[in-house]
Amino acid sequence: MSNQGDTSVPLLAARDLAKTHGRTRALSGASAELRAGEILAVTGTSGSGKSTLLHCLAGIVRPDEGTVTYAGERLDELSEKRLSELRRTEFGVVFQFGQLIPELRAVDNVALPLLLAGASRTDARATAGEWLERFGVRGQGESRPGELSGGQSQRVALARALVTAPRIVFADEPTGALDSLASEQVMTALVGTAREAGTAVLLITHDAQVAAYADREIRLTDGTVATAGVAA
Amino acid sequence: MSTRHILLGLLAGGPSHGYDLKRRHDERFPQARPLAYGQVYTTLQRLVRDGLAEVDGTGSDGGPERTAYRSTVDGSRELARWAGEIAPPAPFVTNEIFAKVVVSILADGDPEAYLRAQRAAHMERMRELTAVKTAKGSDLATVLSADYALNHLDADLRWMATTAARLTTLTAEVDTA
Repeated sequence: MSNQGDTSVPLLAARDLAKTHGRTRALSGASAELRAGEILAVTGTSGSGKSTLLHCLAGIVRPDEGTVTYAGERLDELSEKRLSELRRTEFGVVFQFGQLIPELRAVDNVALPLLLAGASRTDARATAGEWLERFGVRGQGESRPGELSGGQSQRVALARALVTAPRIVFADEPTGALDSLASEQVMTALVGTAREAGTAVLLITHDAQVAAYADREIRLTDGTVATAGVAA
Repeated sequence: MSTRHILLGLLAGGPSHGYDLKRRHDERFPQARPLAYGQVYTTLQRLVRDGLAEVDGTGSDGGPERTAYRSTVDGSRELARWAGEIAPPAPFVTNEIFAKVVVSILADGDPEAYLRAQRAAHMERMRELTAVKTAKGSDLATVLSADYALNHLDADLRWMATTAARLTTLTAEVDTA
């Protein structure tokens, strides 16, 4: 089932999510919606439940209560196999520290999702090179992650998240470890590329200047959504 | 912002007439309020009166006759003094947002809801500024000017978040005062 292009229907919707880690209640009835092609910022203080919400929405963890619906499918009820397939083909994920594979060159890190999807090494590396170009780091393609600056690493990680043309990119504090100039470069690249490709972005951040790149903001307080900002 | 010093700065590169000064000002400071022609000519006359600028000549270039002005030695000295002067850091003030939070507590209102709404308004302005600075073709002056505003709005937001986290204590303090 697909609702690509119909922006009135949420591509991804969470209803009344609750999740507890040990004795800590991370989410207490959080609801959120992401429309196709939309860039949504989820903000809040440390411990407000931002990352747990992302993990539930991306199908990385299952909520204790509530529902997560992606393009008509209940993520919280899907098999691990189907979830894994979705994460590989329709979702891209970027974390605060790019989590690139240190032994692989930048271009091979980006090519990896394509190889896993069955592409040939030559094709995968060629496509990866194009994505590195879009993020302004083609010149670093043959470098290993340890040789890259923080901003370059994150742009390689973004290229890897977008290389399979996912419908949604989940970005968890993608600029959290960067200075303001590198952060600006990463956000400009992410937002520009996502808009061009029509990819929706769920952006977790504690930084209002990063959240201002999004179309809309929801703010979490103690595991619930405190504010829904209006699209600019 | 001192218009006379900005005009002296624009004259530092050579003589110029009022129309050209206005155009260059508006280009150089895109986020500032555009200068009114009347303000430019009044300021130029005051600079001449104070010996900081003088008439360089008049010409028409085929159009209406225009008077060109140039900076004097005193003008250059005054410009250097002003440009090197430290701007006073913002004073410790009771700002409007803080006043509204306190008044809301006094009147049994909902200061938390007010802070949330104020945050939404700040974020909307920040989205507008971010769109301006990331628009294709934005020059560096526009980017830096937007950054200045973004950083100040961001400082307000951080203050509002801290205040929201301390509302219980503040309410107790205000109620017992």
